[in-house]
Formats: sequence, C-alpha cells, structure tokens
Amino acid sequence: MSAGVAAKGRLFEGADWDFSVLQRIHDACEGIALKELGLDVYPNQIEVITAEQMLDAYSSVGMPLYYKHWSFGKHFAHQEAFYRKGLMGLAYEIVINSSPCISYLMEENTATMQTLVIAHAAFGHNHFFKNNYLFKQWTDAEGILDYLNFAKTYIAHCEEHYGQLAVERTLDAAHALMSHGIFRYPGKKTLDLRAEERREQERRRHEERAFNDLWRTVPAGPGKTANELTIDRRRALLGLPQENILYFLEKSAPRLQSWQRELLRIVRHIAQYFYPQGMTKVMNEGTATYVHYKIMTRLHEQGRLSDGNFLEFLQSHTNVVFQPGFDDQRFSGFNPYALGFAMMSDIERIVTRPDEEDRTWFPDIAGTGDAMAVLRDVWANYRDESFISQFLSPRLMREMRMFHLHDDPAEPKGIRVEAIHDERGYRRIRRALSRQYDVGLLEPNIEVVDVDLAGDRHLLLRHQVVDGNLLNEADAKLVLQHLADLWSYDVSLREVDATDTVLKEHGANPRKLAAAA
Amino acid sequence: MTMHIVDRRLNPNQKSLENRQRFLRRAKAVIQRAVKETSKSRGIRDVLEGGEVSIPIDGTTEPRLRRGSGRPDMVLPGNKKFIEGDILPRSGEGSGKPKDAGEGDSEDTFRFVLTRDEFLDIFLDDLELPDLAKRRLAEAEHQGLRRAGFKVSGSPANLSVSRTVRLALARRVALRRPRPEAIEQLEAQCEACEDEERRAKLQAELDALKSKMRRIPFIDPIDIRYRRFETVPKPAVQAVMFCLMDVSGSMSEHMKDLAKRFYMLLYIFLTRRYRHVDIVFIRHTDRAEEVDEETFFRAPASGGTLVSSALQCMHEVIRERYDPADWNIYAAQSSDGDNSYSDGETTGRLLKDLILPFTQYYAYLEVSEPGGFANMPESALWTLYQRLCADGAPLAMRKVAERGEIYPVFRDLFQKRVGQERVAP
Repeated sequence: MSAGVAAKGRLFEGADWDFSVLQRIHDACEGIALKELGLDVYPNQIEVITAEQMLDAYSSVGMPLYYKHWSFGKHFAHQEAFYRKGLMGLAYEIVINSSPCISYLMEENTATMQTLVIAHAAFGHNHFFKNNYLFKQWTDAEGILDYLNFAKTYIAHCEEHYGQLAVERTLDAAHALMSHGIFRYPGKKTLDLRAEERREQERRRHEERAFNDLWRTVPAGPGKTANELTIDRRRALLGLPQENILYFLEKSAPRLQSWQRELLRIVRHIAQYFYPQGMTKVMNEGTATYVHYKIMTRLHEQGRLSDGNFLEFLQSHTNVVFQPGFDDQRFSGFNPYALGFAMMSDIERIVTRPDEEDRTWFPDIAGTGDAMAVLRDVWANYRDESFISQFLSPRLMREMRMFHLHDDPAEPKGIRVEAIHDERGYRRIRRALSRQYDVGLLEPNIEVVDVDLAGDRHLLLRHQVVDGNLLNEADAKLVLQHLADLWSYDVSLREVDATDTVLKEHGANPRKLAAAA
Repeated sequence: MTMHIVDRRLNPNQKSLENRQRFLRRAKAVIQRAVKETSKSRGIRDVLEGGEVSIPIDGTTEPRLRRGSGRPDMVLPGNKKFIEGDILPRSGEGSGKPKDAGEGDSEDTFRFVLTRDEFLDIFLDDLELPDLAKRRLAEAEHQGLRRAGFKVSGSPANLSVSRTVRLALARRVALRRPRPEAIEQLEAQCEACEDEERRAKLQAELDALKSKMRRIPFIDPIDIRYRRFETVPKPAVQAVMFCLMDVSGSMSEHMKDLAKRFYMLLYIFLTRRYRHVDIVFIRHTDRAEEVDEETFFRAPASGGTLVSSALQCMHEVIRERYDPADWNIYAAQSSDGDNSYSDGETTGRLLKDLILPFTQYYAYLEVSEPGGFANMPESALWTLYQRLCADGAPLAMRKVAERGEIYPVFRDLFQKRVGQERVAP
C-alpha cells in the first residue's frame, strides 16, 4: 500500500491518517510555503487532541495552560451544552501565537482536513503571527507559554496564602476591566514576558532579604503635604490622563497589597497579548485562508492530493468563505474568512491581471507581477482598519454588493442608505467599512483623568462619547463597583461629548468586604 | 525546520473540572432554584440522572465597559435593490431592515448540563437526619487503627524492614564499616604477596578491617524500627430507617406514585449521605411484610388497611435486630390516612408505647388525589397522629397532593435545623 502511495506521489489515500502521514503532509506543505510562497514561520508543533480537549481549550481562550477561575468553567459548561445538543460544531483547529507555534488538530478530522488545517494554521496563521507588526510590537511569542505557566503557579500560590475568595474577588474585578487594561500606543520597550517573571521573583527575593523589623520602629519624617502640589503636577506624577485603567490601579491604588497588584499585572499582560488578535481578525483569517487555498491547490497540481480529496477540501473551503447577504437568516455580520480571503485573492488579481480601474485605484501595485511579494508586505504592515481603507477595491465592493446605512436619530422616517456600490459610493463605503474595524471605535474611550489624593481620594474617569452612544448602564454600574473595590475609595465616571458637556455620570462606593482585604 | 507532533489525546481529560466546580459554587443559589424547578416537571428516575438546567445569566455575569446601543453606521453585503438616498423604515417586516448584527444581548438564560453527582449534591444539599445521637456504644466498639510514624520497640510483626535497613545503611556509611569486597580484595592481595614484610603489613591491615567489621554490626539493635499505630475513635453512627408504606386498595395510583417518589428521595438521600444507615422496607395492606427494595418500589399489592400491622412488624424488627440502646431509629410512614375504624386504638397504643419512645424522629406523609385535601375532613390517621403530636411525641406530619410538593416537603422534613448544633463528629 505504502509503496503504491509513494509511486503515485500521493500524500495519503482515503481519510485515514497516522503520525507519519501528518509528518509527510507537514513536509509537503512546508516545501510549498517556504519555497513557493516565501513564508517565514516559527517552528511548528502539532498536537493531536480529542473533542473534549478542544472544548477545554475553548473555555480558556485557546491557551494550553491558564489559571483557574470560575468564568472559564462557565464558558465550558455553556459550550459543552451546545456541543452535546449538536447546535455547535467545533473548530477544526486552534493555533497559538507562540514559538514554537502550537496547532491543535482534532482527532476526528480526515486526512484532507488535517492537510487543510496544517496549511491554514501551521503556515498561514504562523506566518502572520511572526511577521505582522502588531504582533511583533505587542506580543512575545517566545515567552508566552512560560509566562502563563508562571501566572498559573503564582495565582495558585496566592490562593493558598490569601484564600480562594480574596483572589477570586480581585480577579473578577480585573477581568471586568480587562478591556481597559491595554496600552493602545506603543511604549518605550517591547514586552518581554520572561523578564516579567524574573522581575517578580527578584522583587520577592529582595523583599525577603531586605526585611528588617527595625524599620517599623523608625519614626516617619514629616511628609510633603499634598497641598503644595498643583493639579498639573499631581496629574503628571500619576501619569494622568491614563487610558490603561489596570495599569493605573496597579501603580497607584492606595490600598492594594502587592500580590493584588501582581494579579492586575498578569491580567493586563494577557489582555495586551490578545490585543493584536482583535485588530487583525479579517487579515489574520484572510492570510491563513489564502495560504491554505494556495497550498492545497499546489498539492493537487503536483498530484499529491487525489481529485476526490481535493473536492472534499473545496467543499469545506467553500463553507468557510461563505458570506450570506444581510437579509439572510444566517447573516451575522461580515465573515472575516470570506472578506479576508476575497481581498487577498483580489490583491493577487490586481497585481497579476489588472484592468484599467485597478490601475487608477492602485497605481502602486497594479501589474507589478509578484503577488506574493505584495501580499507579504501587506501582511506585515497593516491591520484590519488600514488594510480595508487601502485595499478594498471597487470590483470587490460590486461583487459583494456592499452598501452603507446611516441611522440618524433625527431622521424620523427611518434609516438612510448613504452609499451603494457605484462611482459615488466606493470611497464612502470603503471609509465606513474601515471605520467599522477601527479599534478606537470598537471599545469606548475611557480614561482616568483625576484623583484627589490629598482629600477624599475620589477617582474620576471620563468617557469620551462618540456619536452620542453612551455606555450600557447596567454593565457600567457593575464594572464601576469592581473598580471602586480595587481603588478602595469612591469612584465616578463622567460621560462627556466633544464639547465637554457632561451627558451622564455614574458613581460607585467601595464595598466593605473588599476594603478589608 | 524540525516539526514536532505531540499526541495529547492520552492526557488527563477534564482539565476544566476545577473551573467547573468553582462556577457551580459561585452560582449555587441560582442553580439550586433551577434544580428545584426542574425536579417538579420530571420523573423521579430522570431527576436523579442529572441533566440540563437553565439558570438566569445574572449572578454569573461578567460585566465590561461597552457601548449601549448599536453603531449608527453600518456597511452590509448583499444589496439587491437599494439605491443611494433610499429610506428604510426602522422597524417592521419585509422591508429588509437588517438585523442588528454583532453583540447579542439576547442571552437571558444560560443552559448547561449537570452530571448526576453534581445534581444530587445540589439536590440534597443541607439535608440531614435530625437528632443523630446514641454513638457511645458504637464508638467503644469502633476503635480504628491509623499508621502514625515509627517507634523503637514493638512486636516483630510490626517490624518495618525498609526503615530498619535504611537506618542501618546510614549508620554503616557514617561509621565507615569496611565493605566485604574490600576485605576480599585485601585477602587476595595478602595471599598473592611474596614479600614477607609487606605481607605482614597487609595482614595487620586486614585484621584491623576485620575487627572493625565485627565491631560495627550489619544491623544494630538501635537501627530497628517498628511501625507505630494510633487508635482513633471512628465516628460510626448506627442508624436505621424504617419505610412504612400503605399499598392497600384505597391508595390510588397517583397516591402510590407520590409515596414512592418520597421514599425514592429518602433512599437516595440516605445512601448518599450516610454510609452506615440500614434501611428496612415494610409495606402493608391488612397484613404487613418486610420486603426488599425492589419489591417495595415496584411490585403491586392490594387489600384492606390495618396500619397497626405495619407498626407491629416494625416493632418486631426492632426487637430482633435493632436494639434501641445502640441504634438511632427513624421511621417514615406514608398513607392516604384511611384506617379501619377498629384499628385506630391499637395503632395509637402501639405507636405511643412501642415505637415513639425508641425513635429519634417519625415522619408521617399523608398523600391524596390532586386537590384532595381541600374539602375533606381530616383522615382517621391524621387526627390520631395530631393528638400524639400535641402530647409532645417526636412526630412530624405533612400532606402532599401534587408531585411538585414532594421535594419541598421532603426538604422541609429533613432540613438542617438552624441553631441546633450537630453532635460533634
């Protein structure tokens, strides 16, 4: 049998696979990916898992190790119920931005699906992780697994020392603020998670070494009275305004213990690690889908995939890139796989077979001939927002029949169609769609603006309202409660519009329990 | 570039088990309410199998700062007939108004599946047998042994060979006892040696080694260790539960179903919570018989009603097997309340003189047709028991007409009594 396979040059026959087949598939994909597509990837590690382990991975945001928290149990219970009822299929794979790049493959997949998944995750996503500027800037692929391991051990250790309840309370609060525990603009240095772990250990060692009970008895000198500080000086000292709320609390919350600060730090680092993924959904999936399509097609051309297997691949590929129209029952927004793949293929077309329209719209790349060089450059230097605003072509807008709706509350009759796929509308649609992926608009813009350190230590936050869109009140109340618990003093949040008019004010007082912690 | 394949399928599953338990603990109150609701509508067998419960999502929300309503601007695919400037009505059918894409606020309940154990834990939480006492005698008999380190004296049967050899080895190493191999080697050298002077020297060395070996024994009495045991009182409490059920002709299928459900709960509760509880099943018509669990729950029977027969039977079983001095005795009786007129006095006397003085707790459950208690006079048994109750007997009585009431009543009968300290374990 194996001799027959070798003779025909097929990677495999039928649906069955074993580890040597996986190795053969990987090597074949690698040849195409590195030599023909010119990809640059982290070393691969392929892990075969069961459906249940896939569910496990789902509940901990795909990471192989994670600290314990009830919310992961909640997600697991929820997903398990859906899965058991057959309402939800599982992903074919999960891939982790780490070095080596770990891809989880489900054991149920057929050999064709494993090929697809290896091409998609182990080469497509892997290349994107390694080369995109956001991932380079914000994530540390070498260190992430070690850091998660450190986080897990550290939190387990805290639970032993300070009790599960206290740790859970701190983590609940940190999770609530997770979406605002991110630096959105690059700072002085890139993240080095291994150094993070060392830093924490060294600090603890230093504390142990430097501990001397005598210090307790030394009388405190007269402190500088805070009144001497002007408001501006005070703000500068605290680094205000500060958009990273978790960072601010970690550094400045007056009554947090050092382990609580470390917990906030861990949650903030993890949030930062996932931050680029949210900004590159379309590009990331588009890259991986384009790469798997290229590799699979080449394998078929080389005769290493049989026609039957290639048809099987085409069927799943078509399902993946299916984009239902807005009035379809199945519609739930743009499918990032569909939009991403369509745009990547469109760029290839523009580069290799441009028409007149393309030459006017994309003079830089139209007809240059080397599609992969252009795509590799795009993958390295753009995120969803800038990618769409640069490369969404009129032809694709026509093909997908895009249109732009604007809901003006002042218009009594209804929602206005602002633009459709015609000469007048192309630019406006493109701008609106790219705004839809603008991170600045996805998350509300909230900053810590002032704190009265000399007085009652009241913490003030500001939400810069865009388009009159206020915060969800119930959630804001709960989050502010968590924030007040961490800060230990009163907290208020003002929602202001562009003219600095206060539209709404929320407030919260710390709960007794948390203050005692 | 090298690639690694790792087979994770054999790794321990259920990595998220602990997270799950944390979640259940957190959502306990809500889940408990949901379990109660669920148990009303389902068959008792199904209930005890665990299963899906849905709980309101609040209580386990994970709030975050997010915008309230949707975005005013939206780009959508699949335009068929719109041109620029068209106005689409905001709500209303057929006009092609897009569904609000993206975040779903729709999820107001949260569904998931509980395993059988999780379900029962929640189901039976906070229940206990009241007044569990009488443990003195049982304790005297149940002195358990527990390993507790080592000691230097003891019976040869308890010799800990591994510990002894370990200590001996340590001592031999510390005192540099010559190894037999070293002596053998020296002996061989000694014999092979030609030079007289050197031979004498070697001989002296050999003698010194040999005498040192004799002085330092292979195993010294100080090495010897025996396993040490401690006696610990085993908190074994002996209890027996009598389940008395009326299966006479006057009991309708519905009533029997109610009674059986009640006993099923009791059975599950006792077998899960108490390891040393004996359960005695007695069913009666005008005759009583002690039966096994299978017959009790399944086999049909019919006839007249004489409650005293069941009490008599219980009394005999107590006399034969369960000395009230040693056993905590509990009883749960269920009936429709009918009893033949002539039997009332006997029943009262039996109960008062022979049963209640020896029981810790006696629960009586009166079952009826749905809505049956409303316009009926109190039954013969109910009146009788009420009188006993008024005299201060440890008797609890409840009425049940609907399936849904079984669980609340059961809980009510076996709830942990607040303010009543449990006997220290």
